[in-house]
Amino acid sequence: MSLSFDRALGLHEKALAFRADRAAVLANNIANADTPNYQARDLDFASVLEAQQSGADQSFQASRTHARHLAAEGFIDQAAGLRYRLPTQPSIDGNTVEVQAEQARYTENAIDFQASFTFLNSKFKGLMTALRGD
Amino acid sequence: MSLNQIFDIAGSGMNAQSLRLNTVASNIANAETVSSSIDQTYRARQAVFATVFNEQQQGLGGSLFAPNDRAGQGVEVLGVVESDAELQARYEPDHPMANEEGYVYYPNVNVVEEMANMMAASRAYQTNVEIMNTAKTMLQRVLTLGQ
Repeated sequence: MSLSFDRALGLHEKALAFRADRAAVLANNIANADTPNYQARDLDFASVLEAQQSGADQSFQASRTHARHLAAEGFIDQAAGLRYRLPTQPSIDGNTVEVQAEQARYTENAIDFQASFTFLNSKFKGLMTALRGD
Repeated sequence: MSLNQIFDIAGSGMNAQSLRLNTVASNIANAETVSSSIDQTYRARQAVFATVFNEQQQGLGGSLFAPNDRAGQGVEVLGVVESDAELQARYEPDHPMANEEGYVYYPNVNVVEEMANMMAASRAYQTNVEIMNTAKTMLQRVLTLGQ
């Protein structure tokens, strides 16, 4: 039986990466709150998950020409889940960022990040317990 | 880990907003700077913001839809533009700066607009600081992984 981190950690590692990516997208929205014609973006969890599971996100894969090359894995393809936000109150300069809504989502995402982190951490703790055996 | 990216993004936002605050300060400070000719009169200045996209992708040519399949990487100030609004010509023959016809030109600074602009800029700055703070907490949490 081989013990691989990929199998042991499951989804949580990727989920953590997704939360970090989404935090960057939301931070970018807030930084561009006053940029004319800027369209707010967001990452859709369901679409990214689907792309990961179906392997549709492998468009970014590097070709391996040597047996000792490492696979370029671990990239989250943002394009798979990147969507434009539909504003509830569009502004006259074409900007669709609603700072209060973005901030709420950013905070929510930070909590989700902590949740993913806690899950990942408990996976590691479980592995440690298995290794120690006491 | 793209959490580091958030520091750059929020930092660029703070940079842009502080430049905007700077132009507001300059406009308000010069709101009463008079001149005897139209050309020499101070004009209200405004910063122009634009989204920054990934340089790497632009350098490579990337896809035609490069800005579509990647989120931006922050905000930049493209430049500072001067307002084209009409200057206020006031008839003040006793003013030391008055021209031959007795007119003095006042800048086209609208102080009320500038105050509103100042509040918007300072709030946006604060929001970016909060974003950076939350990102810091998240990153510190990651450092405790496995402990």
